[in-house]
Amino acid sequence: MPVTNRLKNQHLLWRTAFGPMAENVADLDKLSQKQLWTLLLKTSSSTPVKIDVAQNLVDGFFKGMQDVVEMQKKELDKDQKKKLREQSREDLKNLNIRWLDEMINSEAQLREKVALFWHGHFACRVINSYFQQELLDVIRANALGNFKDLLRGVSKSAAMLQFLNNQQNKKQHPNENFAREVMELFTLGRGNYTETDIKEAAKAFTGWGFNLGGDFVFKKNQHDNDNKTVLGKTGNFNGDDVIDILLEQKQTAFFIAKKIYKFFVNENVDTEKVQWLGNRFYDNGYDIKKLLEDIFTSDWFYAEKNIGTKIKSPIELLAGIRRFLPMQMQNDQAQLLFQRTLGQVLFYPPNVAGWPGGKTWIDSSTLMLRLRIPQILTANEALNIKPKDDDDVMMGQMMEAKLKKIKEVTKGGVGVVEWGLVNKVYESTTRENLLPKISETLLQTKNKVSTSVLSKYVNNESRENYIKSAIVNIMSTPEYQLC
Amino acid sequence: MVIKRKEFLQIGSLATASFMLPKFLKAFEKPMLVPPGNKVVVVIQFSGGNDGLNTVIPVRNDIYYKERPRLGIKKESSLLLTDEVGLNPALAAFKGLYDEGNLSILNSVGYPNPDRSHFRSMDIWHSASESNEYVNTGWIGRYLDAQCHGCDKPTQALEVDDLLSLALKGEMNKAIAVKDPKRLYTSSNEKYYKDITADHAKGEDTIDYLYKTMSETLSSADYIYQQSKLHPTNAIYPSTALGKDLKTIASLILSDINTKVYYVSLGSFDTHVNQEGTQKRLFTELNDAVKAFTDDLKKNNRFEDVLMMTFSEFGRRVSQNASGGTDHGTANNMFFIGGGLKQKGLINALPDLSDLNDGDLKYNVDFKNVYATVLNKWLAADDKMILGKQFETLNFI
Repeated sequence: MPVTNRLKNQHLLWRTAFGPMAENVADLDKLSQKQLWTLLLKTSSSTPVKIDVAQNLVDGFFKGMQDVVEMQKKELDKDQKKKLREQSREDLKNLNIRWLDEMINSEAQLREKVALFWHGHFACRVINSYFQQELLDVIRANALGNFKDLLRGVSKSAAMLQFLNNQQNKKQHPNENFAREVMELFTLGRGNYTETDIKEAAKAFTGWGFNLGGDFVFKKNQHDNDNKTVLGKTGNFNGDDVIDILLEQKQTAFFIAKKIYKFFVNENVDTEKVQWLGNRFYDNGYDIKKLLEDIFTSDWFYAEKNIGTKIKSPIELLAGIRRFLPMQMQNDQAQLLFQRTLGQVLFYPPNVAGWPGGKTWIDSSTLMLRLRIPQILTANEALNIKPKDDDDVMMGQMMEAKLKKIKEVTKGGVGVVEWGLVNKVYESTTRENLLPKISETLLQTKNKVSTSVLSKYVNNESRENYIKSAIVNIMSTPEYQLC
Repeated sequence: MVIKRKEFLQIGSLATASFMLPKFLKAFEKPMLVPPGNKVVVVIQFSGGNDGLNTVIPVRNDIYYKERPRLGIKKESSLLLTDEVGLNPALAAFKGLYDEGNLSILNSVGYPNPDRSHFRSMDIWHSASESNEYVNTGWIGRYLDAQCHGCDKPTQALEVDDLLSLALKGEMNKAIAVKDPKRLYTSSNEKYYKDITADHAKGEDTIDYLYKTMSETLSSADYIYQQSKLHPTNAIYPSTALGKDLKTIASLILSDINTKVYYVSLGSFDTHVNQEGTQKRLFTELNDAVKAFTDDLKKNNRFEDVLMMTFSEFGRRVSQNASGGTDHGTANNMFFIGGGLKQKGLINALPDLSDLNDGDLKYNVDFKNVYATVLNKWLAADDKMILGKQFETLNFI
């Protein structure tokens, strides 16, 4: 199979964005990848508008508050605390839906996609909608900027400091969690530091905390002012110094380059390419945009082995369907349910290491569910699946009320597609060319489902039904799980 | 071909005609039908962090009653096992199993540096990792990897649920999640999926992996459904979720299926508020379902071959909170049930409430020692390879 210009463009759109829109189909034959990349950069160049969901209760509560002591003084009664927690959980759902909408509708496709990568890299699971939305803002604002700023911003966010227990990291009682994860997961990766480095770095991070307004606070009297030795350097370091030391290590550039390569190019790492990218990333002072440019303007990115061989994450799958089909969503609960049952809920990573990705997305249940999603979204197939309980989220609430809700949301037909628009896209395609044409606009894999099998399952009643059933059926294949 | 003939024999000449068989022949029926000595494990997960101290109650411990003025279960109300130990009043069948020597209790099970997040701690139990490691496969999944080299369907482990837990995901193989064998069969039996699967020609690795998973799911659904119809148990089970799940499991145990591990969950035990009512409701469901299940297995002479074990991601704090509940804690107890226990009753001492870690129980037994024991002694598997390290085995089986 020749790697056509269209396939290359679609490849670029799947990896740097959330896939093509039906309306783009015609343009993708004409544009060059350079042109498309320039467009992607241009549409992502403005500063993102913050997604602000922490409403009234939570927002007002935290903003007025200076520190934890004050909160304890305020002695919220049980009811208030409960309300606050519930509101926070509701806000997080809204944050989820609103960001997902951005991924689908925003012209800043590149930024949102790269932000999704960092959202997994800087995985954080706290039930405080205010802290979470501030962290997301740091990530989106710096997604294409400089990794140094991004790392520092995330490390000083209330969400991450809370999640990694740095509030408890005090001179008298060091807590190493934060220091460990900054080294293991954010910068160097396992095996590139010693346990002593962690202990010493933890000392440097003592006193790093936050107030309930979400602002970073340095608590002087909790900070350890002794000398520390981290990765061979000795001095009376503070947290910022340690971050500088970590960024001086070339290993950090390699570690990030490798992770970027695995996410954007191929799960199977080409060591030579990663080495080259890591060196360039380091020499360019951790400029993320330049790193991405090195990848997406290279020839090797468009090599056959890199196209159609990556398993879409649940978010990529859901966003991809909605980005291709102009669709009005009828209910948000269903989108959250899809995320839960497929194993990726935004703002609820499985642990601090983020979503492992690749083949771990797939098991018998998730694969069969993935194949049914296009039907459930666009037609009347109901979803009869109970997600697993998440006690971190439910805090001991009874399941019954939740289950009733879930039944309500899963009757099927949760999205209303403007099929008229989609038909227009294929206006000039002859009937016999429709299946191959739709297939090549939807699938990135080398092998495609045979048109003879597909033609047994299409609806022949009208051209519109033919196109609709062909799209839904092609989306309901293992091939469509790949990009 | 041999298998086909065997099934024909069972269904045609014995199973369907069994009502007409004279009594003495019926006695021969079961042993002929089941694969002899097929040892199986049934894991029951208590999701949400079950309060171990109100499950196995230290009825002579003053600290217990002092820390739990409202929640502490009185000696008179508990089901006494010994002079010092009582069971939660809702667990009458467990007391019965204890009296028969078919129940053992392991106290103070946990792991170093415990995590109090449900999700994370469950992850640690599922993956059998240390609390500072992140492992993407589960202990049963890795058992499956070891058992299922090049096999065509990964039915050696089954989870009775719509979705598959991390515990059952291996590197190469993942178990099947099935809530209702019939529904799995009919929903995945769609012709379209079979047609595209048949049409798929070998291609690149990832797409082949997806097609392999799909074809295994389709053939497993088929196989599990056929097996579940082979000898469906006619015993009466409570019509609760767990009752239905254990009935499904019993029917499969009585069939010819090659499943060695069954996995099922009950919850939520996250009793920050109103613990008494919640725990009672869940334990009643547990008690009645386990009663029906163990009776059924005994009647069918399979009780010796089945080991049931329970666990929760953590126990709860020793002190009650102000809302009639308890908050997240650490070490906890585990139940083992079956006809093949070697150490019956209380395996070790109750937790020492005078020696706490910041208000939490200290663990005495690493849960990975339990896994090693089950893998090695019950499933005859290579525990060291599966757990990545040699853990000493215990003596309860």
